[in-house]
Amino acid sequence: MSQAESTENKKNTIPLYTPKPDGNTPLWYQRPRKNIVTPTSEKRDTPQGLWDKCPQCNLIKLTKDLEANYFICPKCQHHYRIGSHDYFNILFDNKQYEPLFDNIFSKDFLGFTDLKSYQQRLDDIYTHTDLKDSMRVGYGKVLGEEIVIACMDFDFIGGSLGSVMGEKFARAVDVCISKRVPYMIICKSGGARMMESAFSLMQLAKTSSKLVQLSEAKLPYISLLTDPSFGGISASFGMLGDINIAEPDALIGFAGPRVIKETIKRELPEGFQRSEFLLEHGFLDFIVSRDKLQAKIHQMMVLFKN
Amino acid sequence: MLTTQNRQFLEFEKNIKEILDQIEETKNLAVKNKTIDYTPTIKQLALTAVEKRRELTSNLTPWQRVQLSRHPDRPYALKLIEKMSTNFVELHGDRNYKDDKAMIGGFAQLDGETMMFIGQQKGTNTKSRQLRNFGMANPEGYRKALRLMKLADKFNKPIITLVDTPGAFPGIEAEERGQGEAIARNIYEMFKFSVPIIVVVIGEGASGGALGIGVGDRVLMLENTWYSVISPESCSSILWRSWDKKATAAEQLKLTATDMLKNGLIEEIVPEPFGGSHWDYDETAQILKKYIKKNLTELQTLDSKTRIDKRIERYNKLGHWIER
Repeated sequence: MSQAESTENKKNTIPLYTPKPDGNTPLWYQRPRKNIVTPTSEKRDTPQGLWDKCPQCNLIKLTKDLEANYFICPKCQHHYRIGSHDYFNILFDNKQYEPLFDNIFSKDFLGFTDLKSYQQRLDDIYTHTDLKDSMRVGYGKVLGEEIVIACMDFDFIGGSLGSVMGEKFARAVDVCISKRVPYMIICKSGGARMMESAFSLMQLAKTSSKLVQLSEAKLPYISLLTDPSFGGISASFGMLGDINIAEPDALIGFAGPRVIKETIKRELPEGFQRSEFLLEHGFLDFIVSRDKLQAKIHQMMVLFKN
Repeated sequence: MLTTQNRQFLEFEKNIKEILDQIEETKNLAVKNKTIDYTPTIKQLALTAVEKRRELTSNLTPWQRVQLSRHPDRPYALKLIEKMSTNFVELHGDRNYKDDKAMIGGFAQLDGETMMFIGQQKGTNTKSRQLRNFGMANPEGYRKALRLMKLADKFNKPIITLVDTPGAFPGIEAEERGQGEAIARNIYEMFKFSVPIIVVVIGEGASGGALGIGVGDRVLMLENTWYSVISPESCSSILWRSWDKKATAAEQLKLTATDMLKNGLIEEIVPEPFGGSHWDYDETAQILKKYIKKNLTELQTLDSKTRIDKRIERYNKLGHWIER
């Protein structure tokens, strides 16, 4: 008898489950059929955006409950990565703000092509999300105090710094100067956008030069660093705040942990490049959890005020 | 000056090496055999060598230019300063932590005019390469550079920076001492100095590490150098997920001096001797000196306020976007 036939026979000898009339010793512990297979077409995923699983402690929560808790895990205090839309809702009074410079889009000036062309990458994101670029700017009130807030979106090519972010940043500073209001930036980015090569590098200089003008106008500049903030961000406006603050446990640094590990060929210490590490080494003024963010920003604005 | 024996050759420089070897052989023959006059032959071969060098640099791929910018015989910052200036006094230390050997600087005179020279420095042999950390500065290096720039500003001396780095050092200690902050601070402060600033990329211009001393009124690049947001190798590993696409990455990044000039990111290309600056240190230094002096004279006609405004404007117009 061949192997195949023997398994076939065995399968047939397994008794099918039939409930006993007296209800005792059901054969429920025997698996009546092996390998219950549901065709892929009939498999159902939980609808997107209804539940979220904490990447730290695996706690599963309803997204709307999470949102009410500022996207902070109630169990382990992990701060979920969120985008500009959610940050603006958390910070601005009544979720009301005026979006600025939403009409500026990226351009594949160099015709950059890696595995995909830069233009293709941009088009893909435009079709999949409603994001227009890696940064959005809003003008509104935080507990009654006017402010311009620029916030990065990590979902748009890793929140990368390119010509568009540089230009929006520059124009936001101009608005702050003309309206005489403070400026706040929320960083969440992997660094400069490689597809714009030297142009993206020059945005480090462009944005920093605008901060010189903002500083001369004696207007406050607050830099909030969130998970992750790397490369060109930390080597320019991210670290140039009148105050630099961060969310708890955010990864912040110049070189990425993987690059450092490959260079020095040894393990990185526990907590390396986390907010607490930066605070300890003197590069942050304080760490603020997201539920206290609005109050803290307001408090700082009041203190900066003449 | 380098002799033929201790020169190092890149793969695509091999045909020049052959001719140089021939010259050596002919010279040896001339010593052995005094009856025949070998001078015309040697002269002819020397001319051919120069011609080969000219051919080579007129026709290089971006990746080959990257390789030339890293040529082990290339003159580094200290060598160029020594060759073009007098009265150089090297100054050390950031006054906070230590003296970073990957960043050098000091006052020197160019035809009698005092200026501050700052640059990344690479080593010329294994030991000095380690000492110089391969031209990769730590935060204290950038802070040392800032200290020297402030000194120059105080005494109204122009600042000349010589950029040559594969990047700012990615290490644990560098992060602990704020590599990002150090570079950011330099970029920010360089917009405030009232003295003229001229930036010259003399080798590798990699990313933030280069820009940390790279904000100026004029940015020049030597002919066989590159300037980019990332090195072609790292770009290849991140975007192509392989180390083999560095030549393609070098093309895509548009990092050569010619591309940078075409894209309006730099003001001028400083020509190098045929075959690259490693063939003639003196000539390289003399050409560079001429370009620095010319640009400086132009910049000195402006008052400091105008210069700062123009510097800010220069960087603010860099970028491409669409408005809909």
